[in-house]
Amino acid sequence: MPVTLNRASQIKEIPATDPRLAKVNLAIKQYQRRQDALIQILHTAQDLYGYLPLNIIQHVARELKIPPSRVYGVVTFYHFFSLKPKGEHMVVVCTGTACHVKGAGKLLDEIAKGFNIKVGQTTPDGKIGLEQARCIGACGLAPAVIIDNEVLAKVDSAKIVDMIKTKVGAA
Amino acid sequence: MNIQTLNEIKARVQARKSGLKHQVCVCAGAGCISSGALSVLEAAKKQVKDLGMDKEIEIIPVGCMGACNQGPLVKVDPTDTVYQKVGPERVPMLVERHLQNGSLVDDMLLFSEPGKPAPSKKAGELAFNAKQQKSVLSGCGTINPEDIEEYIAAEGYFALHKCLTQMSPEEVIGEVKHSNIRGRGGAGFPTGIKWEMVYKYVSNEKYVICNGDEGDPGAFMDRSVLEGDPHRILEGMAIAGYAVGASRGFIYVRAEYPLAIKRLEIAIKQARKAGLLGAKIFDTEFSFDIEIRIGAGAFVCGEETALIASVEGKRGTPRPRPPYPAQSGVYGKPTLLNNVETFANVPLILLKGGEWFSSIGTPKSTGTKVFALAGKIANTGLIEVPLGITLREIIFEIGGGIPGGKAFKAVQTGGPSGGCIPAQCLDTKVDYESLAAVGSIMGSGGMIVMDETSCMVSIARYFMEFCVDESCGKCIPCRVGTKQMHNLLSKICEGKGTLQDLALLEELAPYVKENSLCALGGSAPNPLLTTLRYFRDEYIAHIVEKRCPAGECKIAKPAASLGAH
Repeated sequence: MPVTLNRASQIKEIPATDPRLAKVNLAIKQYQRRQDALIQILHTAQDLYGYLPLNIIQHVARELKIPPSRVYGVVTFYHFFSLKPKGEHMVVVCTGTACHVKGAGKLLDEIAKGFNIKVGQTTPDGKIGLEQARCIGACGLAPAVIIDNEVLAKVDSAKIVDMIKTKVGAA
Repeated sequence: MNIQTLNEIKARVQARKSGLKHQVCVCAGAGCISSGALSVLEAAKKQVKDLGMDKEIEIIPVGCMGACNQGPLVKVDPTDTVYQKVGPERVPMLVERHLQNGSLVDDMLLFSEPGKPAPSKKAGELAFNAKQQKSVLSGCGTINPEDIEEYIAAEGYFALHKCLTQMSPEEVIGEVKHSNIRGRGGAGFPTGIKWEMVYKYVSNEKYVICNGDEGDPGAFMDRSVLEGDPHRILEGMAIAGYAVGASRGFIYVRAEYPLAIKRLEIAIKQARKAGLLGAKIFDTEFSFDIEIRIGAGAFVCGEETALIASVEGKRGTPRPRPPYPAQSGVYGKPTLLNNVETFANVPLILLKGGEWFSSIGTPKSTGTKVFALAGKIANTGLIEVPLGITLREIIFEIGGGIPGGKAFKAVQTGGPSGGCIPAQCLDTKVDYESLAAVGSIMGSGGMIVMDETSCMVSIARYFMEFCVDESCGKCIPCRVGTKQMHNLLSKICEGKGTLQDLALLEELAPYVKENSLCALGGSAPNPLLTTLRYFRDEYIAHIVEKRCPAGECKIAKPAASLGAH
């Protein structure tokens, strides 16, 4: 995922007084600045910010005494970490084998058509983001979709667009 | 903690349970939670309390009961009655009729259909359960996973006590070897031999890792065990730590399993408080503690050397072996790495003996195995069967066959590393050797059933796309080979393939298989090779006749056939 490395604007975006930074620092402390806890600390940061801002990556690198390039390498290696802000509401379509066999592709097509977004994109107003998951382990409920951490079971592709609209409207 | 306390807890919990009029278990597995099980649990608890019956009726959340697509499931004991699709709105009726008046609600029984009664009133007698043998899953669906006392009441931590106080590490390893258990992660390496290897390396520090990076799409066995019976894993790991001489353990869990992480955190906290993890367990010299490591979404981290890199906080890329992790694993120290289900078997083996374990299954594949049934099958969900059972028994007796009057086409085992097994091989026994003989693997336990409407070329492409995405990029055969195979498969799916493309695929597949660095690339061609072996006619139909026999692929009619002269 190419991102513009505009450091100045990134640092401005999240000031050091941001209360979330204190929580990142707490996690770093709890793990005693151990370099092997890098992934766990990045999880904490992403939970707080919704993604991993570049200056946070630099901050974590500095605190753990790991080259920023290596932290960046870890962030880009794992699917779970994101360098871009996510949508206000996240729609995750499971594309595991069971869901695939039961029509996950159709669900993705319908959502793409209904909201004019592709996987990995967010609607222009930043409201809805679309992602796919490799398997959420809810194979008995295939095809499954997660909307804002709530798992919807046996989703009908004809109804998915309306379901998302209702959920997002209600939230 | 000592044996008296363990016995006291066990006696106390059992006495409390035997004094109950009913025990109500509400399935709080991830599947049932997404169908609304938690509000069912709350509604039932509130109503029973309002009726003043909360002394005689205990309502607890439990782990996965198996029949996930019928959820939320509620089990009422002592009558062994399981109700299906219990929404919060049906709770009042259920409480009134069964718990207050003692009459079963026939039309809500498991596997009942509208207007038709259930095949059996007792859950244990249903075809879904009759051929199953639950040992790893014995606590899943019967005990509250967030209560250590319930695990202790079900003989939990007694095996650890027996090992620490009555057995030497050599004897523990001997028992595991005698059981002949093989790794449940898929490759089937004998567990006892692995333990012995780690035991023999001399080091001031050793580690035990539990591989809970259940990455195969279509598999949720480990998730269910972690969520439904987390203490069993902790106990298994502690026994392994004692046997190989390790004092620290890691459980590597996928970030996609937040409930499993939460229940493990609770379990570890409870075990530490009870003195079953930490320093001087059972007042012996043995100390052992466990830390959770959350993965971050990389399939390759299921490979042991990649997983170790990830535990160390690095990019999860594999490295060449040897040295094997048994010699040089986490931080270069000897490391024992086993799958969740393997560890879950350990307390049982030590409690009941290796002899007991090896009496189940076949001589070369002993014990039971948990499978996740999914896809085009009537009863999707979690099952545990003795090894050596046939695929036909699993799919048609336990699984209830193919819904909608469609015909069975293939069953996919082993995820992206496995293969598609066709109808003519349905009588294949489910054991490590027999599955390998038909071109697939045991794998971690996902079984996805496909019917006549599933296109085999498209499935091969699906798995290849998965491998392209998940290839870590370190070695060329995997990084480039999977991409090229995916391109060729896409061409065939779109009706643009030629017979030369097919020949090229057949040349490329064995090359990638033999030359990749780790098992990801080494097994990536398997779905392609098995579908080519059993469903070659479908490939030919796509290439020569430009049609998809299953009607799944969108193939545009070639312009020439429109007759536009």
